[in-house]
Amino acid sequence: MLARQFDALVDEAESGIAFDGLHVARASDGGYTFGTPDHEATGLSEAELHAHADGSPYVTNWYFWEREVQRHDSPRRAFLRRAEAAADHDPGERYEALREGLVTEWGHLRIEATVDPDDGARRYDVRHVDDADHAVADLEAHDDPLDAREIAKYDDDGMYRPLKPATNTPTGWVFPDLDWRDAVETVELFLPATVANWYREQRGELDVDHWTDTMERQTGIYGVVEELPREAVEWVAEAACDDSQCTKRREWQYSADDELAADGGAGVYPCREPCSLVVAAGRKWTKLEEEEPREYTFHLTPSEKEQVEGIVEAVADDRVDEIREADVYEDANRYRTRYLRAKLFDDHGNLGGVPTDPEAHHDAEAHDGDGDSHGDHDADNHDGDHDDHDE
Amino acid sequence: MSQALVIVAHGSHLNPGSSAPTYEHADTIRAAGAFDEVRTGYWKEEPSLREVLRTVEADEVYVVPMFISEGYFTEQVIPRELRLDGWDVADWDSDGLSADVATYVAEDTGQTVHYCGPVGTHESMTDVLIRRAESVTEDPHVGEGFGFAVVGHGTERNENSAKAIEYHAERVRETGRFDEVQALYMDEEPEVDDVTDFFESEDVVVVPLFISDGFHTQEDIPEDMGLTDDYRTGYDVPAAVDGHRIWYAGAVGTEALMADVVLERAAEAGADVSSAIEAVRETTRVAPGADD
Repeated sequence: MLARQFDALVDEAESGIAFDGLHVARASDGGYTFGTPDHEATGLSEAELHAHADGSPYVTNWYFWEREVQRHDSPRRAFLRRAEAAADHDPGERYEALREGLVTEWGHLRIEATVDPDDGARRYDVRHVDDADHAVADLEAHDDPLDAREIAKYDDDGMYRPLKPATNTPTGWVFPDLDWRDAVETVELFLPATVANWYREQRGELDVDHWTDTMERQTGIYGVVEELPREAVEWVAEAACDDSQCTKRREWQYSADDELAADGGAGVYPCREPCSLVVAAGRKWTKLEEEEPREYTFHLTPSEKEQVEGIVEAVADDRVDEIREADVYEDANRYRTRYLRAKLFDDHGNLGGVPTDPEAHHDAEAHDGDGDSHGDHDADNHDGDHDDHDE
Repeated sequence: MSQALVIVAHGSHLNPGSSAPTYEHADTIRAAGAFDEVRTGYWKEEPSLREVLRTVEADEVYVVPMFISEGYFTEQVIPRELRLDGWDVADWDSDGLSADVATYVAEDTGQTVHYCGPVGTHESMTDVLIRRAESVTEDPHVGEGFGFAVVGHGTERNENSAKAIEYHAERVRETGRFDEVQALYMDEEPEVDDVTDFFESEDVVVVPLFISDGFHTQEDIPEDMGLTDDYRTGYDVPAAVDGHRIWYAGAVGTEALMADVVLERAAEAGADVSSAIEAVRETTRVAPGADD
């Protein structure tokens, strides 16, 4: 216990302390009471109070929460309390566990809290859950929370990550020794607003915007998304919001009284409305769903039909990179796929020589579908305040 | 009472560089220490505009849009997503260039939000354009013998966008620092494609009035001006085009002094940031010995 911690304790005793099992008060005769779940002493002089308080985890624990973290009823405090399971264990047990390190997970983040028992200061190690067993020296160590933005920007293959809670969080880095402020900030920068929304949910105050709420609010080029059919919204949720794709737990439904059948997932933090990526993809799907099905006739061997299905499965499950070059038993193997193309595509890329649009015989453009693939990207590629409401 | 700054920007699902200037300017302002919290929010990235305010603990929030002009985003999207209760564009009382601040309560958080006009129309943006010229030429006194072009989209999508270009071009002209000043556009006359037709000066600095580098500033404009046949191979600075030397600066929004414009916006909205403005003006100086 530091001198300033005892001074604070004496100060606060005047109005009485009751926190995490610690009970300190000053009686009208000037004597102090010092109590914990295990023991209580009354009529203490200041020197005697010091003797009881010194070395007590209850005192440094009180100081840490009430004089450093403070901010009762705030997301950051609730998050830090969760990081040491404060609701389940009194400070005595907690300090024992924190000595070894208490681990919690937040999406792909692994957060290990430890305590300095002399002053109650917490330190936090934040890294990818998959790096749990690595020594700090084997990882790229950081101490500035702002570094999290750059780390979170690219996946392990160096590709841009537009969605921070997506399941492609990169590995190989660690913030080994953060104080509580920087720990909260680091988590915020890896997974923006997840702590705030989790906290609201804990309090029963999460403001969920369901699909119809969010799409009705859209304007400009996204105004069309509200026209996406109900059944297609199921496919959107299955495609984009599954636990295999995003660490958020989808709480939004089609509407407040119309739940989607797709699994919302088991993530610790909620997803309170369709994200901008889902809205943007939803726009593309809305346009695609405006097309009417046509009947095409292709002649495929049974294995070719299964191979087409296998290729779709491999792309959808992001397995293409895992298929070995010579593994010709895999449907999505590159040689197998090139063979299929050589056999079944004509010079214009038409499957089975069948034009996409029967009217446009062998017109290469016809294969391009809506032909506005670039236009769809406009709002992204453009730099500043593009008026994307008038396309 | 604690005060927070929230810088809001477009962001991108495809271009990792889109958010970079916003982060950089936020970091500069954070380091200056004028705000208890400095956060960023995006239309296409996270935290979303919808959720950024709940990541801020302060009760008093200054929101500055990293946008070039008043229009669809500043007037519709941002106020809607921030849930500014009672937002009415008339409260800005703007002629398309003069939006300063309007104050509301955010419906979901109860915070007082001072919603500022975009950085692009602030008068101090002219200083940033000039600073950009100093940076690209590495000459703190650049001006004599030089032409200066401000490049924008044009009116096709937003009338106010062209107003902002004209406004700053005129203000650069009024300084008398450059021999010639011209506003150019991507999709209307006078077009940036013909940049050399509009200048007598051999040396011309070209600064796009864009927030971040991306498709237009890194691909379209360099190819349109003839700096390169293929943007992927890059271009020289300066590049020789039709007997001129074109000093192409890239997006003005990447210039460090942009942080000052953000602070000016917040200051005019009532934030107590005067000491930070001095600090930022000093620390963002790139070209040595420049005098503002």
